Amino acid sequence: MEEVRLMKGNEAIAHAAIRCGCDGYFGYPITPQSEIMETLMELEPWNSTGMVVLQAESETSSINMVYGAAGCGKRAMTSSSSPGVSLMQEGISYIAGAELPCVIVNVMRGGPGLGTIQPSQADYFQAVKGGGHGDYHMIVLAPNSVQEMADHLCLAFDLAFKYLTPAMILADGVIGQMMEKVVLPPFRPRLTEKEISEKYPWATLGKPQTRNPNIINSLRLESDEMEELNLLLQKRYAQIEQNEVLYETFLCEDAEYLIVAFGTSSRVSKKAVELARAEGIKVGLLRPITLFPFPKIPISQLANQVKGMLTVEMNAGQMIEDVRLAVNGRVSVEFFGRMGGIVPSPDDVLDALKTKIVN
Amino acid sequence: MKEEIIIAGFGGQGVLSMGKILAYSGLMQGQEVSWMPSYGPEQRGGTANVTVILSDEAISSPVLSAYDTAIVLNQPSLDKFESKVKPGGTLIFDSNGFHRFPSRTDINIYRIDATEYAFANNSAKTMNMIILGGLLKIRPIVKVENVLKGLKKSLPERHHHLLGMNEKAIHTGMDLIQKVN
Amino acid sequence: MTLNEIINPANLVYSKTKVMNDTPMHYCPGCSHGVVHKLIAEVIEEMNVQEKTIGIAPVGCAVFAYKYLDIDWQQAAHGRAPALATAVIRLLPDRLVFTYQGDGDLAAIGTAETIHAANRGENIAIIFINNGIYGMTGGQMAPTTLEGMKTSTSPNGRKIELNGNPLNMTDLLARLPGTCYVTRQSVHNVANVRKTKKAIRLAFENALAHKGTSVVEVVSTCNSGWKMTPADANTWMVDNMFPEYPLGDIKNL
Repeated sequence: MEEVRLMKGNEAIAHAAIRCGCDGYFGYPITPQSEIMETLMELEPWNSTGMVVLQAESETSSINMVYGAAGCGKRAMTSSSSPGVSLMQEGISYIAGAELPCVIVNVMRGGPGLGTIQPSQADYFQAVKGGGHGDYHMIVLAPNSVQEMADHLCLAFDLAFKYLTPAMILADGVIGQMMEKVVLPPFRPRLTEKEISEKYPWATLGKPQTRNPNIINSLRLESDEMEELNLLLQKRYAQIEQNEVLYETFLCEDAEYLIVAFGTSSRVSKKAVELARAEGIKVGLLRPITLFPFPKIPISQLANQVKGMLTVEMNAGQMIEDVRLAVNGRVSVEFFGRMGGIVPSPDDVLDALKTKIVN
Repeated sequence: MKEEIIIAGFGGQGVLSMGKILAYSGLMQGQEVSWMPSYGPEQRGGTANVTVILSDEAISSPVLSAYDTAIVLNQPSLDKFESKVKPGGTLIFDSNGFHRFPSRTDINIYRIDATEYAFANNSAKTMNMIILGGLLKIRPIVKVENVLKGLKKSLPERHHHLLGMNEKAIHTGMDLIQKVN
Repeated sequence: MTLNEIINPANLVYSKTKVMNDTPMHYCPGCSHGVVHKLIAEVIEEMNVQEKTIGIAPVGCAVFAYKYLDIDWQQAAHGRAPALATAVIRLLPDRLVFTYQGDGDLAAIGTAETIHAANRGENIAIIFINNGIYGMTGGQMAPTTLEGMKTSTSPNGRKIELNGNPLNMTDLLARLPGTCYVTRQSVHNVANVRKTKKAIRLAFENALAHKGTSVVEVVSTCNSGWKMTPADANTWMVDNMFPEYPLGDIKNL
């Protein structure tokens, strides 16, 4: 039985990285996620698993180091917070175009611009709708606990390698900074070079006489070749939407109203559901765990059951667009959110539920 | 059992670490815990606060609008959090530097002059443990033995020789705290 | 003598290196890239390191370098090659890792990546083609464009007060403690081609010996971008580029 520990979400990410066989972490300090690299540097995994940890000169460099490492079939990751993730968008687009797996952690803070270091969920569009240029998606996981920070990191690597696409863990300052109980994932050894060359024949490990050169590349100058790559990517995204949707429901069986919220907002909303239930309001909570792929089908099904929905987000209303697409006009979908780094309180959510949906 | 606590004061008063010790103590007695700090470089010299929840059941929101217990160690923290104590709840304050005192009558208010004591006895480093002792006297939410276990867990081994000093500070706090209303 | 008698292995005086494939190059006639590609391929073959070499191709005319040399390649975003190379050499420390970058890539958009990789002393070789112009995008001004030099974005010639000074990245890189070998060469005649090949070989040997970062700048022509014949471009380079970017070793530890 693994030990129950108390740690920050950011620290859990660092421990999980070492344990899930990550080969390389490349990052640049930014609040509120700097503990990830600090913890890794403290743990010195290069002495235990051989994992490389490097502080780069910028987020631009970090993501391109991840690109280089991923091109070698290695499990590579970076982490940052909103302004830093904006800088990474070029690299993420290249990684998606080159069909490479990697993990990016975004511990979101308020924007736009330099913004605030306080928690936010305002990068939903950036994460879920692309962010960089071109038609691509990342797999986006939205942990709402320290335990999920650890678990999602391993899951993100597995999904990224399964579909050869970047995966993002979209957390926020609350999840990154809070301490909770966590049981760390079991140790998985890093892959050997032999295992990499067998499992990922595309990896650039040096060309033996027995094969043609491997070329990691997103360039297709000919339009028909470029369209072919796009069709392949779209086919993969369709498979991801088919196979990998994750969500959680709370008190939805008899719900007359539904709150949809992810990450920290879902924790606050859960408390609001408890408060509302105590007052006799039959409300449930659906928490998307994957934001791409989005749980369209369960939300669509609940639209046949409830009288109204409320999305709760720490932004100006972003996920609500996806909820409305899933609901397709059948019931009213309203929004409650706070911006600028303010975390709504359970009471705020309860009030919004009453004024916008129940009455 | 569920206790929702806010601890607030100046950066450097040991607010975050007091919360951490409480959280570790809860962990030691098998409870669900969450520790959510205000964070960032603005803490230094500015205000710092941490929300600690200890519960026998799973914790939903780590961010709260009302608290069972508030521990406030400076004036801005009192001004901000006095109104957020649940009716019937507990407010503990260290009056050092206060010019306005708590005024609510529907909560239990306690005063602990830990700063004054710590300076007089040259023990500024254990100031937060004195306050923790005061809290545990009136709200025995964790056993002192679990606090010490938690400390042992959270402190690097090179600091373990300080455990005795911290235990003493807890008992000092238990003696110092006094009810105001 | 019959043809078959002439085509006899015993009579072989030259053959193309096997590291180079038969894909027709897209470079303009007179361009320096093809010569430098061939030198890299020859050095890889002579050092017998084809199986352990990973090249990082840039954005610029050499974006297609991966088509011509039969080694594993990664194609980087504009300017980011040294970041990719850093990760590759850190994760595969016994490989030969080199970047191939033009002046826009290395001295403009990738200045930070280049300086920091070199300053960390990454065990890589950087091959830097400096022709003072953006060839791929049609002849715009580069950071290394000379004062007074006409390009499509400096149609009346580069003016210092408007465009700033030509950036001598190689001299800058030589000052960093992470670099072990920094040299400036050219490939406009046989003697210099030979010197450049030796420089590339030394840079690759340094990388494999983990001596730090080596930088080989090749002062080059872009006769299309310069709007000259190949021969005139060579003369113009000798007369104008070499005074600003003088040939020779700048650092060799």
